[in-house]
Amino acid sequence: MPASLIQPEFKVKIDYDKCHKCGRCVQQCGWGVYSFNERPIPDDTKCRACHRCVTYCPAHCITIQKNDLAFRDNPHWTPALRKSVWRQAESGGVMLTGMGNDRPYLNVFDHLVLDACQVTNPSIDPLREPMELRTYLGRKPDSVEVETDGNGGFHLKEGTGVSNNIQLETPIIFSPMSYGSVSLNVHKSLAMAAERCGILMNTGEGGLHADLFPYQDHVIVQVASGRFGVTPEYLNRGAAMEIKIGQGAKPGIGGHLPGEKINREVSETRMIPTGTDAISPAPHHDIYSIEDLRQLIYSLKEATGYKPVGVKIAAVHNVAAIASGIVRAGADYVYLDGFRGGTGAAPQIIRDHIGIPIEIAIAVVDQRLRDEGIRNQASIIAAGSIRSSADMAKAIALGADVVAVGSAALMALGCHLCQGCHTGSCSWGLTTQKAELTRRVDPEWGAERLTNLVHAWSHELQEILGALGVNAVESLRGSRERLRAIGLDEQTCKILGVKPAGL
Amino acid sequence: MMQATKTKTNGVIEGYVAREPKITIDGDTAMIEAQNVYYRNVNDAVRQVIADGAKTVKLLDINGQRYIGTGLRAKGVKIEVNGTAGNDMAMFMDGPAVEVFGNAQDGVGNTMNAGTVIVHGDAGDVLGYGMRGGKVFIKGDVGYRVGIHMKAYENHVPIMVCGGKSRDFFGEYMAGGMLVLLGMNSQFEGPLVGGYLGAGMHGGEIFLRGEVEPWQVGKECGIFVADEEDLARLRPVLEEYCAAFDMPIDEVLSVPLTKLVPISHRPYGKLYVYV
Repeated sequence: MPASLIQPEFKVKIDYDKCHKCGRCVQQCGWGVYSFNERPIPDDTKCRACHRCVTYCPAHCITIQKNDLAFRDNPHWTPALRKSVWRQAESGGVMLTGMGNDRPYLNVFDHLVLDACQVTNPSIDPLREPMELRTYLGRKPDSVEVETDGNGGFHLKEGTGVSNNIQLETPIIFSPMSYGSVSLNVHKSLAMAAERCGILMNTGEGGLHADLFPYQDHVIVQVASGRFGVTPEYLNRGAAMEIKIGQGAKPGIGGHLPGEKINREVSETRMIPTGTDAISPAPHHDIYSIEDLRQLIYSLKEATGYKPVGVKIAAVHNVAAIASGIVRAGADYVYLDGFRGGTGAAPQIIRDHIGIPIEIAIAVVDQRLRDEGIRNQASIIAAGSIRSSADMAKAIALGADVVAVGSAALMALGCHLCQGCHTGSCSWGLTTQKAELTRRVDPEWGAERLTNLVHAWSHELQEILGALGVNAVESLRGSRERLRAIGLDEQTCKILGVKPAGL
Repeated sequence: MMQATKTKTNGVIEGYVAREPKITIDGDTAMIEAQNVYYRNVNDAVRQVIADGAKTVKLLDINGQRYIGTGLRAKGVKIEVNGTAGNDMAMFMDGPAVEVFGNAQDGVGNTMNAGTVIVHGDAGDVLGYGMRGGKVFIKGDVGYRVGIHMKAYENHVPIMVCGGKSRDFFGEYMAGGMLVLLGMNSQFEGPLVGGYLGAGMHGGEIFLRGEVEPWQVGKECGIFVADEEDLARLRPVLEEYCAAFDMPIDEVLSVPLTKLVPISHRPYGKLYVYV
């Protein structure tokens, strides 16, 4: 009997005429594709098309191609589905994968377009005129108190206003990725870039490594159901705390960081023994209701002198009502993670079939909070596949205060979206703990690339704002009149609060 | 409309008043009169007297105020709670010793790091959730989900001993430490413990004074009778427990103890196939 019915997904082709026989591909591949016998010999079955070997081949003699074997046409039974059945028949296992939902669901962002000024009101040139991107994360007061300064001017009374907010220089932050799921060098890159950009990174549920302490004012510390590495010290170091309820890639289920990824340093940071699975229960077992959530929010505040506390949830069907409860429970921000958000590891069935798009979630949550008169009480962070500054601008126009990027940040560090994060063998040294791989990311190099990305998107956002004729990102927030839909049905337009193009 | 009413009272829970409690200082002992005082003011006062050098803090007339000792990092400080301690007492606590003369509500020792908690009464649900170190001793009965996801790390080994009976999910997801249930000081009718005992357990050990039926126990646990070696490890813990509540240790050890330990440190290691 054949060992497996599943044929390789990719074909690795080497032009041996050009090949230097240097063996660098053998050395670079984390998946063990290559063996070497006078020349590199690829094993196609192991290739994930991450292009590490291609990038580092000095002779540019490697190409990766799809192994496009013909199947008899059947749009209902796609080749991927047939392979899944074979894979599960062979193993009996739950299919585990990484990164975000790769199914071709309708992408709402790609059906939204932004407005611009023409004739009747002037657009603004952000290169020569002030264009404010500064954003404050946290609860805004219902009203402010002002007092005269005695010279005919006014200023905010002390202790009012946005004193307990976190100042961001641009409305982009890095989304939570735990040390354990990603390497320490990735965490360092994110932290250094967050400091340079005046934004935030997020520990995810893996504790805060001591090497990140110098950047702690730019770190959100996460509290998830496993409570890994959560100590009073950890909570007090963070600029803000975040209760992780759910994740867009795997709403409603917990996490298992496999024992292989729990090496000495990960174990120290998570404060668990090496080699055992780090299991995060599906729910927080001290949160079974909104009242319980309030209890946890305030316990965190009590433990830290009332620092901001956010709550991260996956975008699911009743997201608006849930978000309303979260805000009423006292959260300073609500983090919405759409169903295309990435993950270090998730069952494929969950990743690909649970949750709703972030675009819809932002719109309904923003609207609900406005309708209830509590929109000022919490900021909205939107995540779950923000791919460009255009997605960011559209998310803000739909009602988000800030966007969070994870996949894009990893791509800045070399990720090619090969979806192999769960294997712990990332050739780019990102989602692995193997020392020979993690050292491939130099934090200085990483921080520079991440900083470049954030600056580039920020400049582009300024250009968009200028075209819209506004001089502050605040003026775009929730301004759905500046969006139009192309090719969305009437009901979806209504839910989004966006008119179709032409109206 | 409810929201509007709450805003007017600054979010203070009904029945409590946001005011400074009366504090009496006597040497390094501080006495805080907490009757009807809102929890934030009570806990502010506790933190303040500790910062001012108090080594013993006596809280009088506690009636459900939350977060007593929460997030406190003060080794060598003793907090005495008179009355019924509210939810999440000693949460994230790192060092102090808290003794409750009365009952405690839910969440005692939640995500606790170090220190001791002694409750001269019963306690509610979700005790010691994610607890990483220190000791929690409850004299009487406990509720549901007690000792969930307790975990050990190097010299941090959390220990919880409950003198009464427990409801379902005792020691669920347990990842480390020691969890003991004695079934002695109980007001519950019925069995020592409910179902789903140690479900998903992948570390640590559970000791039960008496027997359990296999249906009560999670499939990730092995069921054994505690042997001499186990008792040698248990005895100092039980001695400390008995000293706290003035109980005879011989009576505690007069019944054989059941030991539950996980079969695997990686219960779900074979669950997945990688895509």
